[in-house]
Amino acid sequence: MNVKRRTLLKGTLATGALGLAAAAGILKPARVLAAEWPKNAFEAKTVDEALKDVYGAGQATQSKDITIKAPIQAENGAVVPISVETKLPNVESIGIMVKENATPLIATVALSNGAAGYFSARMKMAKTSDVNVYVKSGGKLYSATQQIKVTVGGCGG
Amino acid sequence: MKKILIGLAALGIVNLAPVAVHASPESDLKQFQDHFKKKFPDVPFDEYANGLYALNPVYRAQWESYNEFPPFEIGLEEGKKMWEKPFKNGKTFASCFKNGGAKIAQHYPYWDEQTKMVRTAELDLNDCLKRNGESEFTNLDKDQKARVQLAQLAAYFYTLSKGERVKIDLSKPGAVDAYEKGKKYYWARRGQLNFACSHCHVDLAGKNLGGNQPLSAGLGHPVGWPAQRLEWGRLETLHQRYATCNKQVRAQPLKHNGEEYRDLQLYETYMSTGLPLTAPAMRN
Amino acid sequence: MARLTKIKTRAKNGATEVLVLVNHPMETGQRVDPKTKQKIPAHFIQKMTIELNGKPVAVADLGVAISKDPLVGVMINGAKAGDKVKASWTDNKGESGNAETSV
Repeated sequence: MNVKRRTLLKGTLATGALGLAAAAGILKPARVLAAEWPKNAFEAKTVDEALKDVYGAGQATQSKDITIKAPIQAENGAVVPISVETKLPNVESIGIMVKENATPLIATVALSNGAAGYFSARMKMAKTSDVNVYVKSGGKLYSATQQIKVTVGGCGG
Repeated sequence: MKKILIGLAALGIVNLAPVAVHASPESDLKQFQDHFKKKFPDVPFDEYANGLYALNPVYRAQWESYNEFPPFEIGLEEGKKMWEKPFKNGKTFASCFKNGGAKIAQHYPYWDEQTKMVRTAELDLNDCLKRNGESEFTNLDKDQKARVQLAQLAAYFYTLSKGERVKIDLSKPGAVDAYEKGKKYYWARRGQLNFACSHCHVDLAGKNLGGNQPLSAGLGHPVGWPAQRLEWGRLETLHQRYATCNKQVRAQPLKHNGEEYRDLQLYETYMSTGLPLTAPAMRN
Repeated sequence: MARLTKIKTRAKNGATEVLVLVNHPMETGQRVDPKTKQKIPAHFIQKMTIELNGKPVAVADLGVAISKDPLVGVMINGAKAGDKVKASWTDNKGESGNAETSV
């Protein structure tokens, strides 16, 4: 058993702080702890680093079966809508990276139990950049890319 | 700033002669709306309710994306809560308005004969608070939190009239004078950049200024407000937009709900006669 | 008081789209407060889980580059009218929220 948990359980049973502990996630089963937020991946400063942290070693294969719906010219870099859709089968996960952002990883989503190969979000972009999307399908990694232009300035008030 | 001046010179800014002072609001209205119908023959009239997106296909697709679940729904929910929460005396905002507040916003702002001033929804909402012994939203020029709360409340008020077509009554004594003052403001040059509202929103409507400032048509301007600009990430009042717009041309911003902005709002809204209310809306 | 979380579903291309909107600042940790001149600490949703009838269909890891008042969308195959959809999230400060709806 995780040492932290053992110590905490001993302590909390005595002090009745179980509620707090549960909220802090310390009492979660091990497999959920393993699925904690991937800090290294989100702090990686290059696409390659982030890719390794999220998907491990190996290359992604370009795929025409991934459709990116995103503007060619973003209206405002703070709110760029993007959706990823794929015809690839057995999609396990989708990931989005913005190459020119200080930390490229935007989000990853693990899909299962009837979820379609689809993910959408609104993201922040610092400047014009290639946006890479990754799809893990049947154990293999695929990718597609699109450039999104971001014009800073204008008469912002 | 240099970019903008160069852009304007390149576009050959044309100053449309201001309408003669002795024309009537009705003839002003026809001239104003006809100008846009002629300039953009393929844009359906109702589309002008969508601000810059009526004239900008590149951003329109994104706008339709945001509209699938617009961020202003969060602020709007706050506005709904405020509207529905009873005052200490048990009454609610609905008691201050005709028809419980539903299907009346298309007549705002209006000339109030008793107080001899143009009244906006924000003013009436504040007045409702006052009459029921509650504290008003004050210091709107400096207190963003108070102003945004009022914008959220006003946004909800406007949803009660969503789709209703603008119809402003200028028949009472004093109304046309206020309208004329608002019109004068709209067409007068101001600020270091020496622009009038008409320069950007009549002459240059549809153009993209300085690379990333798409200009909306003056026609339909107020019907999406209170609005949430991507730039601000929050619901805001129309007068806040007037103030920041003044700053953009390096002019002195004026007071929230002060006479100038209220008269301007009266003019702009009258010029949008017939367009459906879409507030709150996402804007650039 | 919990941050507002909104959820809605709609039929799209033969599947069910689930959209979630959360009132959250998604502070990156890089923005400087103009008054204090200090960096505003990062405050962002890290995980969002979407469940169909109690079973997770999507678990998203989000970073600071997701826009303020984040929107997340997924699609589910084979959902039926009356099925329960729930979205729950946690952020880096330990705050959480959730919302439910029926297809």
